[in-house]
Amino acid sequence: MTNLKGKLALTALALILAACSSAVPLNDKKVESKKGSSPSSVKDSGSGIPTVTPDANRDPLNDPQGVLAKRSIYFDLDQYDVKAEYKSLVQAHAQYLASNPNIRIVIQGNTDERGGAEYNLALGQRRADAVRNQMRALGVKETQIETVSFGKEKPKASGSNDSAWAENRRADIVYQ
Amino acid sequence: MNGKKMIQSQTMRFSNFFKLLMAVAMMAVTLPGWAQLNIRVDGVGGTQINFSAAPFVGNDGLTEDIKKVIEADLERSGFFKSIRTTANIVLDESSTIDPVAWKGIGVDALVVGSVRKLADGRLDVRFNLHDTVSQKSLGKFSYVIAPFALRLTAHRIADFIYEKLMGEPGIFATRLAYVEKAPGRYRLVVADSDGMNPQVALASKEPIISPSWSPDGSKLAYVSFETRKPVVYVHTLATGKRSAVANFKGSNSAPVWSPDGRTLGIVLTKDGGSQIFLVDADGGNLRKLTNTGAGINTEPAFSGDGKSIYFTSDRGGGPQIYRMDTSGGGVSRVTFSGDYNISPKVSPDGKTMAYVTRREGRFRVASLDLRSGAEAILTGSSKDESPSFAPNGRYILYATKAGGRGVLAMVSNDGRVKQELASSNADIAEPTWGPYNNE
Repeated sequence: MTNLKGKLALTALALILAACSSAVPLNDKKVESKKGSSPSSVKDSGSGIPTVTPDANRDPLNDPQGVLAKRSIYFDLDQYDVKAEYKSLVQAHAQYLASNPNIRIVIQGNTDERGGAEYNLALGQRRADAVRNQMRALGVKETQIETVSFGKEKPKASGSNDSAWAENRRADIVYQ
Repeated sequence: MNGKKMIQSQTMRFSNFFKLLMAVAMMAVTLPGWAQLNIRVDGVGGTQINFSAAPFVGNDGLTEDIKKVIEADLERSGFFKSIRTTANIVLDESSTIDPVAWKGIGVDALVVGSVRKLADGRLDVRFNLHDTVSQKSLGKFSYVIAPFALRLTAHRIADFIYEKLMGEPGIFATRLAYVEKAPGRYRLVVADSDGMNPQVALASKEPIISPSWSPDGSKLAYVSFETRKPVVYVHTLATGKRSAVANFKGSNSAPVWSPDGRTLGIVLTKDGGSQIFLVDADGGNLRKLTNTGAGINTEPAFSGDGKSIYFTSDRGGGPQIYRMDTSGGGVSRVTFSGDYNISPKVSPDGKTMAYVTRREGRFRVASLDLRSGAEAILTGSSKDESPSFAPNGRYILYATKAGGRGVLAMVSNDGRVKQELASSNADIAEPTWGPYNNE
């Protein structure tokens, strides 16, 4: 009974807060934000449709046909080892980063929806870390890479089926 | 202490406080488009107490029906059965009742009361709990309240009745925190234990997980992805003031308060692997408890005495639950059945651990007797997550799926009573039961 005061105070204050919007400022960046789709390579043809002009000196990072365009590594259920089929992809990014030591990436680990939020967060982190460890072994500096996990919180594919789950067991390389 | 004195002391205690309450109540608004949770109850306790609540005299025309709130609370608990009587009974806290006659129609406990509007707009709610078996009053109280606190007061009366008749504190006046999820919209919500009165503590376009109540009920720690990575925040509910207490390189997650409220257990990946750390509640004095290199150590959970931390680790292969001292030493494995055991929570009395276990691909809430090692699977569902104990230890709140939607559910610690709380229009996840509402 003695605690009613406190509860009422909290309730009253919570109501005041609800009256004032409590939305936080948010960062609206896209997941796959890619720095360096430089304005110089994109010109407006005048028709209102932007067209890409070939550029011999273009950054290989921005070549949609290049090996660096692939930035997702997929994993088996409950696993976090980088499968052999992704070694060349990881190697290509590692070589690019090693020769461009000022460029930084974030590797984002993801899991499928099954199981607990926090354990999946840790599992997604293991996936991101596994990719990082390979890159580090290939000469990428520690300071160039941050590994984070979204766990099961940001599924790319919706649905509760094998193909959606496979799509979501993933690490994404995101250039900063 | 006699009943009259109790009434006087309650009135005195609240009088000054109401100047503030009345001022702030004027600014309160109802949240638009905000669905409260609907409850379904399944199963009853091993024994039930037959009770009857008379209509509160003077309740007509008020926002809440006190009798109905009390009946709903007690029946939902699974340990009470409401004996319906004729609707036109007029009894208040001062009425003389005939205990033999009430006992004769099967009523073991009778609740009577009244509510009266005071000149300043406040309400005076009074009740008397009669035990027809001992033929005594078990308590007579008055609450002088602002009108918006009527429902909470009804929960308080239900808590009083529950405690007098069950011999353990009630949890009807406690709160739950959970996350409401819709595409591109996440809301951290605090609601009453029956799902009513939902209030948004935080709205975000990015996920929010792992809310954890401070022991005094004034703050929530949680993980927010608003900066496109998991960061641990501490959020004061009364003011909305929030700050990042762990925002290191990598992922920051799994906050949990120590029982004394001074320390948070958290999980950081800054040094490699997911490692458990302790940090002061203001973000200072970081100390590392686990050091397994690349492995997973997560979901720290304090024992009630604050001396042990239970946690999930994959050091043995798959996820299992372990225990360690708060210094990080004395690690021992706790779970041995099944290949996936996560999300430990220790009961307030320290005797039981609730957790999620995967059996044949189904994720279910289980409990483990920490002395005997006996395990009980408490639910029959398949996508259970995020268990937490009610502050009296009687119930476990968890998230599960029903009809393709995330819902909240509660199960009694013997598995007999189950409740489900669903929203009509949103996925609900990551529930956690708040403490008794201490100041």
